[in-house]
Amino acid sequence: MSLSRAEVEKVSLLGRLQLTPAELDLMTTQLSAVVGYIEQLKELSTDDVEPMAHAVPTSNVFRDDVVTPSADRALILSNAPHADGEFYLVPAVLGE
Amino acid sequence: MTDKPAPYTIVIGLETHVQLQTATKLFCGCSTKFGAPPNTQTCPVCTGHPGTLPVMNRRAFELSLQTAAALNCNIATYTKWDRKQYYYPDLPKGYQISQYDLPFSYEGWLEIGDPKGKFEPKRVRIIRAHLEEDAGKSMHDEHAGKADSKIDLNRTGTPLLEIVTHPDLRSPAETKAYLTELKLLLTHLGVSDCNMQEGSLRVDANVNLHIETPTGKVATPIVEIKNMNSFRAVEKAVAYEAERQYSVWQETGKKLGDPGVFKQTRGWDDTANVTRGQREKEESSDYRYFPDPDLVPVTVTAEQIGAVRQSLGELPAQIRTRLEVSYGLTPYDSDVIVNQGRTFITYFTTAADIAGDGKTASNWLQQDVLRVMGERNLTIESYPVPAAALGDLLKRVRAGEVDTSRGREVLQRMFDTNETAAEAMQALGIEQVDESALMALCEELVAANPKVVVDVKAGKMQAAGAFVGQAKKKNPNANPARVRELCLEIIAKLP
Repeated sequence: MSLSRAEVEKVSLLGRLQLTPAELDLMTTQLSAVVGYIEQLKELSTDDVEPMAHAVPTSNVFRDDVVTPSADRALILSNAPHADGEFYLVPAVLGE
Repeated sequence: MTDKPAPYTIVIGLETHVQLQTATKLFCGCSTKFGAPPNTQTCPVCTGHPGTLPVMNRRAFELSLQTAAALNCNIATYTKWDRKQYYYPDLPKGYQISQYDLPFSYEGWLEIGDPKGKFEPKRVRIIRAHLEEDAGKSMHDEHAGKADSKIDLNRTGTPLLEIVTHPDLRSPAETKAYLTELKLLLTHLGVSDCNMQEGSLRVDANVNLHIETPTGKVATPIVEIKNMNSFRAVEKAVAYEAERQYSVWQETGKKLGDPGVFKQTRGWDDTANVTRGQREKEESSDYRYFPDPDLVPVTVTAEQIGAVRQSLGELPAQIRTRLEVSYGLTPYDSDVIVNQGRTFITYFTTAADIAGDGKTASNWLQQDVLRVMGERNLTIESYPVPAAALGDLLKRVRAGEVDTSRGREVLQRMFDTNETAAEAMQALGIEQVDESALMALCEELVAANPKVVVDVKAGKMQAAGAFVGQAKKKNPNANPARVRELCLEIIAKLP
């Protein structure tokens, strides 16, 4: 199976990646190769295998509902490109 | 609104998000307390920093199970969490942890009715309820236009239960009844405070119309309405949207399923009382759900599900029936009392048991207690007269120790001074008037009012009211009903 250029373009848009036409061609080829590799797995018979939702055979990992200290605001905001000491600042969100 | 039946049927389905009453977020130990300064309740986990690991809040899952059981849902013995991918500045991870194909509960129902009979009782079917995390909050400066938007991530990661109904609702009234009943159930269970102002309960409505035409039934395109910040707003938005869709259909003839016709999202404007178009809804496949590898699945045994169902106790619908059967209340009265919540119900049953009469207690609670609570902005928890004290007063009213109108004065004094009924009655000088004294008083009144006597003799029974007023002036403790009776008896014996 191969991916079309239009499919890769759509995925890049959803992933907010701006690709040049040359990059789009390259990605179409490379992603098709990856998907093609996964396609090989279809050759295996999985009729007797139960579907799984997780690779680790573990379930029911919980923590108690107990408050732990939050991060220092100045410290956590310092990771953002723009902040005003209280809020993260992002380019104006229009629409909603 | 006109009384003419609409030429269409409104079809409504609701998606309700309720915030679970946990101390901490769904996947980290940050507090969920409302109103903290911006970005003071976040950590590397809820802000989506690399290398962090979310761990499920046990309490959130337990509250979810309780809700699902109360909504008569099937509970899955195996459930998992998925990543729903989209980009928005208030979603720092670039995906929301939600549940896609294996929600923890599905196929339930909630029964709604209207005590005034505006619609037939019905079961609103629930498609699913699933557990997911909330996003943060964006603030836009509308004046500055190009100024930056501000992001507060305190709410990010707060546990939400999303409850989705089938499109079973057929009117704004049914829609409001469903929301009222859902809120009552969730607050009764203590699962959520359902405070819409604080965003603990949010509703989106999917609305379209089924229109009968000479060539068969047609459906209008489905519209999802957002931004409704009260149940009243939901009612108004649904009614508005129905009329809007009908006029658009008359104009354009566009139907559900026509090429190029998609589901539209519209926002409710509570000031202008209209819905306005928003961005077109992305197809759900664009969210590219896949199982979250950071979270392991959860399994629930049949024993655990049974234990949860056992632990629910009496639910609001069952309490309504009990008040009707055991206390002789009308469906309307029991609805009013049950809708006030658990503490109020206990207040009522305590007062009614002591008074020995449910109807009297219900009347006083609705006409006096609820009225004062409304006027003074009190809750039943802060209403100062204990249920037992009110019950004692009502017992005395029923026994004729004090009449209803003076009884109200007594209650007012109990409210002001925290006295018992007996103390307040004594302080107000209320004592039962001896029957012979009352008779003497009535004879005196009849003798002094020949004109009233003539009127009563002529059949104008309401004229006897004059005796009651005069008797009250002479002796405030005179029981009005008894004065009236005695005066009429005396007049009847007159030649």
